[in-house]
Amino acid sequence: MSLIIHHPGLLTTVQDAGRQGFLQYGVTESGAMDTYALRIANLLAGNSERAAALELTLNGGSFEFAEDMLIAVCGADMSAAIGSVAVPMWKPVFVRKGSVMSFGRAVSGCRTYLAAAGGLDVTEVMGSAGTYLRGGFGGYGGRALQKGDHLRTGAKSDWSLRQIAQLSGRCGEREFAAAAWSAGSIQVVSYLYQPFVRAMRGHEFDLFKAESRELFFDGIFRVESPSDRMGYLLSGERLSLTAPQEAISEAVAFGTVQVPPSGSPIVLMADHPTTGGYPRIAQAAFVDLPVLAQTKPGESVRFREITLAEAQRLYAVKEMEIRQLREAISLK
Amino acid sequence: MKSGEEYEIYPLGERAATVRFGAVIDPDIHNRVRAMMSVLREKPFPGLVEAAPAFTSVTVYYDPLRVASDAATPYDAVCLHLKETLLQAELHPPKAPRTVEIPVCYDGGFGPDLAQVAEWNGLTKEEVIRIHSEPVYTIYMIGFAPGFPYLGGMSERIAAPRKSSPRMMVPAGSVGIAGKQTGIYPLNSPGGWQIIGRTPLELFRPGHIPPSLLQAGDLVRFCPIRKEEYEHLKERGE
Repeated sequence: MSLIIHHPGLLTTVQDAGRQGFLQYGVTESGAMDTYALRIANLLAGNSERAAALELTLNGGSFEFAEDMLIAVCGADMSAAIGSVAVPMWKPVFVRKGSVMSFGRAVSGCRTYLAAAGGLDVTEVMGSAGTYLRGGFGGYGGRALQKGDHLRTGAKSDWSLRQIAQLSGRCGEREFAAAAWSAGSIQVVSYLYQPFVRAMRGHEFDLFKAESRELFFDGIFRVESPSDRMGYLLSGERLSLTAPQEAISEAVAFGTVQVPPSGSPIVLMADHPTTGGYPRIAQAAFVDLPVLAQTKPGESVRFREITLAEAQRLYAVKEMEIRQLREAISLK
Repeated sequence: MKSGEEYEIYPLGERAATVRFGAVIDPDIHNRVRAMMSVLREKPFPGLVEAAPAFTSVTVYYDPLRVASDAATPYDAVCLHLKETLLQAELHPPKAPRTVEIPVCYDGGFGPDLAQVAEWNGLTKEEVIRIHSEPVYTIYMIGFAPGFPYLGGMSERIAAPRKSSPRMMVPAGSVGIAGKQTGIYPLNSPGGWQIIGRTPLELFRPGHIPPSLLQAGDLVRFCPIRKEEYEHLKERGE
């Protein structure tokens, strides 16, 4: 056993880069809400980007490492610490066997990813380690982690073993030693106050009143409670259609912004239903889904319109940045 | 262009596109959806991640970096691939669908709203059961939740509004009516449908491939069974 849960925090689940190929059976993607933070944490721990890691929500938890381990913490800042010493984020960290790492309340952002070398070793369900809580499958027994749970990690990569050898030499009497370098400027999400989320017009955009169409891209929306892994409920501006619509359900995606008759938009997130019938005013750009995922209930977001071509360009640029990071890390 | 060949393609964000064949739920449109799904399964275009059918549309999810083409954008490239797929689909009508029999126990406490549905429509409980188990239903799509089938073909004579307040927990296998639709709950979940019976079959099994007993395009017939048969089948299933 490599990781022992002393305290699970508010909601800690095993997540990977998500489930693919089962939408036609009503099975949603799940996986990390902030896929960039997950992928970077994995790269920094020497794993494949899609490997399984812990997703911590709003309020940390504490975890004991039952063996010498290479880890990385990315995403929301939850004041990670071992003993009373802060553990730096966005870089590889060697942690000595028996150390207990604790996380507090999220200072900025909403979700923290803790990746361990080798990746968390859970039984994949439909090709993914992602936990789908509503369906009760995936991850660790289909549920959130609890006190006393034990998690295994997989075989460490040569890269991870090399980092462990280097960093453990520098560790001395201390419980951990962090690498001198970090993921640096790629630190993808800056968890700002009232962030902008870039979005494309949805297929039913033109069915909304002119005023609503303007308000969507001009207004400020508050993320309401309950907002969770399934969807973000937004309040602030009420959006209405020019005429009531009887829509026939069809596919939706992570980032689809639907408007039910209440007029308050809902952004579908990682655990979204696979189909929906509400008019879709917009689709949040994939590159900005982490921005939404890191927005806490009570905070606000604004949307800014971009074209599909621009969204596809941004997607390609982001993937290139991650590829460059992967190559830079492999040379360390 | 024949009306049967009409369609529209539009984006669902930067990683998906939808092909819609019409705006009404209709057997011909459903067959075009099935034909398209079957071509996508047999000849997936480069960069296709997966495809999901709905009542009148097929949505393809793709990797914008792997859609190889000279087109200006990945979306333009996907549109070209989809047009090719659609041409193929016109030439290859889908295979005859399979029919799945779903045993349903309408009494024994499994249909708490059966009496209400009967009363609402001025029928006896037996008549509701007969009308519900008579037709062959078409599964238009599996969606919303894992393994949840959207069935077409229910008689309006047994239509009933949703419950005014949803139940906190509807057991897996429950067969319900909401408006002019009938459906089956694959998992324990909250729900507002009028529950008229329950099947002992497991509709959703996460460990199986495919995980859903029913698939879009299947035909379904409900077969009334007694409580003893329900218990027997349930036991055999586990």
